[in-house]
Amino acid sequence: MELPAEFGAFRGELRAAWSDVRPVTRLLTRFIEWFGELGLFCGELVRGIFLNRFEGAEFAHQLDELGSKSLPLAALAGAATGVVLALEAHDSLLRFGAKSLLPALLMVSIVKESGPIITGLVVSGRAAAGIGAELAAMRVTEQIDAMEASGVNPYSYLAATRVLACIVMMPLLTLVADFCGVVFGWITSTLTQPISWQLFLEYGCKSTTFTDFLPPTMKTAVFGSIMGVVACFQGMRARGGTEGVERAATRSVVQASLFIILADVLLVRLIQVIWP
Amino acid sequence: MIENGTPKSSKEAPPLRVEAVRKSFGAQKVLNGISLEAAKGETVAVLGKSGTGKSVLLKLMIGLQQPDSGSIRVHGEELRGLRREELNEVRRKMGFLFQNAALYDSLTVEENVVFPLERNSGLPKGNKKKRARELLAAVGMDESLNKLPGEISGGMQKRVGLARALALEPDILLCDEPTAGLDPITAAEIDALILKMQKERRMTSIVVTHDLPSARTISDRLALMRDGQIVVEGTFEELEGSKDKFVREFLNRGS
Repeated sequence: MELPAEFGAFRGELRAAWSDVRPVTRLLTRFIEWFGELGLFCGELVRGIFLNRFEGAEFAHQLDELGSKSLPLAALAGAATGVVLALEAHDSLLRFGAKSLLPALLMVSIVKESGPIITGLVVSGRAAAGIGAELAAMRVTEQIDAMEASGVNPYSYLAATRVLACIVMMPLLTLVADFCGVVFGWITSTLTQPISWQLFLEYGCKSTTFTDFLPPTMKTAVFGSIMGVVACFQGMRARGGTEGVERAATRSVVQASLFIILADVLLVRLIQVIWP
Repeated sequence: MIENGTPKSSKEAPPLRVEAVRKSFGAQKVLNGISLEAAKGETVAVLGKSGTGKSVLLKLMIGLQQPDSGSIRVHGEELRGLRREELNEVRRKMGFLFQNAALYDSLTVEENVVFPLERNSGLPKGNKKKRARELLAAVGMDESLNKLPGEISGGMQKRVGLARALALEPDILLCDEPTAGLDPITAAEIDALILKMQKERRMTSIVVTHDLPSARTISDRLALMRDGQIVVEGTFEELEGSKDKFVREFLNRGS
């Protein structure tokens, strides 16, 4: 049966339209696949944590790797934040005649937001790249296959220990960053107008409540879980030699930082709702 | 001699049986309905050109990759559909020597062998180290216990890899190119070690190799792969007598 000419033209238009939307659908498919793989990875990770033996020695090793090696970085980032905040706030408050509010402003802004987010981003830069590259190198040199071949669950030995170490260490590193931020903020403000440490702390703490401090500090545990999961996921699915290792390390940092920023937006709102 | 990879019939389930397995990566068909089996205590060498899927076949046998179709049975147990924990139980009866040894580079030689023992053997703590040292002594590596894999040669890494593969006293040993990249003397030493271990433990072994002299030394039977299938199986002597052009070309080139 011969088809009418209009049908042929319609089919051509349909084909052209399909070729236009094809890159979009491909991108969408890849996006959905990525989330699907991430979901499966998280499932294996949870099984690795709860159904297999707890790898205490490896967990302790990872706590040390993440904690002691990220400590100077977190301290430095916190100190720099304190100095910058003190310098900026000093001028602004002077303009409004509210210079006495400097300790309170500094303390609240460091403890509530600057400390946690700066620590999250700085530590994720170091730790996510490290974990991603290490696991990717193990994947491409078949060390993870060797582990599986000898009946050891790599999700339990490699991924669970690293993710848990990130969750535990992030709030502790945040405390260090907060402390350094406040100390260096005080030192900076003292250079322009001397104020004793006791008085600075008293003014600062008077305006800072429990909810200003604890929920924002604990939210960094979520940052830690994001960093650990993303880095382990990227590392364990790496393919293709040295280039694959480099790709895994870069993706770990980029995606971990991105998801930490997004999570921060949601968590800030959530904290405001729960502790108004 | 058996042509076209038809498995032998036997009353008892063989330790390892691969039946009509297919595996593709994207559009590339790697294994195309391959069948192979190994009897208890038998060593089968799998030969074939590079890129014919020999290493993929080994990884399928230990569940590191999943076949698209077909069946892989270890001691009669089908690997497809097993959960990770069940698969790990099966893997504990198997040892795998990787092409590049795949030693854990952050662990010492001794720790590499202790690693599977610590997690999957019922030995008391002190005995695990003792057992690891015995294994390393058996492969001649007891002098390098505290060295890292990066500090020892490729041949030594293979020895440690073999000791690690044997740590859980497997009854099936899978070797991926055990002599690849080694000089003839070291390759002969590795062959002798594999042979010694096989005799001592009466293991079933599948050895993937390009090295014909090695295959001749350590195997009871050879299986030649082409286009993702076993095209011919038999003893070295049987294959030598084959008039098949591919078999002749392969044996003449390799010997």
